[in-house]
Amino acid sequence: MSETAAKTDPNAKTMTIIVTKGSLDWAYPPFILGTTAAAMGVKVEMFFTFYGLALLLKNLDLQVSPLGNPAMKMPMMGMHMGLPNLMAAIPGVEAAATVMMKDLIKKKGVASIEELREAAVESEVNLIGCQMTMDLFEYKKDDLIPGIQVGGAATYLEKALKSDLNLFI
Amino acid sequence: MADQTLDAKGLNCPLPILRTKKALKDLPTGKTLEVLATDPGSVADMQAFCRATGNELMESGEAAGVYRFLVRRTG
Repeated sequence: MSETAAKTDPNAKTMTIIVTKGSLDWAYPPFILGTTAAAMGVKVEMFFTFYGLALLLKNLDLQVSPLGNPAMKMPMMGMHMGLPNLMAAIPGVEAAATVMMKDLIKKKGVASIEELREAAVESEVNLIGCQMTMDLFEYKKDDLIPGIQVGGAATYLEKALKSDLNLFI
Repeated sequence: MADQTLDAKGLNCPLPILRTKKALKDLPTGKTLEVLATDPGSVADMQAFCRATGNELMESGEAAGVYRFLVRRTG
């Protein structure tokens, strides 16, 4: 089934995802699931709210933090190690961890978030930016990528109530 | 012989599936697409993708660390 068929086919399955996190690591699950579902003929709606709205900014500058994240093990000194919070809090450590994570992503053939977001747009995933978050964090429509819808809780819920699958990430 | 080949070697989840979808879209109905991948997860994912989309997974195999799938576009 083509994407356009998914858009018009009234029997196409539907999925919504609420995207609330804007760090590099948390950006992956919603974009991977959204793009894959679209590839499988599912009509997908993604609602970006709070920190998740940063994923719709034209210029993505995503960071990952080892602070308070004991499961984050990075390859260091020939093994995979976590960083104690005391060290993770040192200025510059977060930037270094982000560089390491991006290197790892590249090395392992994992898509970049830019690439996945592009795929989402291409496969006609409907991207909805949260109006309240735009006001709260003072984002202008022009700061966000073109072609997105802007709406609020009711906009999302109307879609979610009719959807086969709703995720909160 | 497949009508078209997609090299997805070195790509990780979900790129082999996304590229497969993209390639199938440009393929006429009834034609076959050969997909080459190195992601071990693509074996189960290709099966699930084909079941969900109705495309036919005609062959699935592995040789020297490269997974090979033959998909026929049905819809």
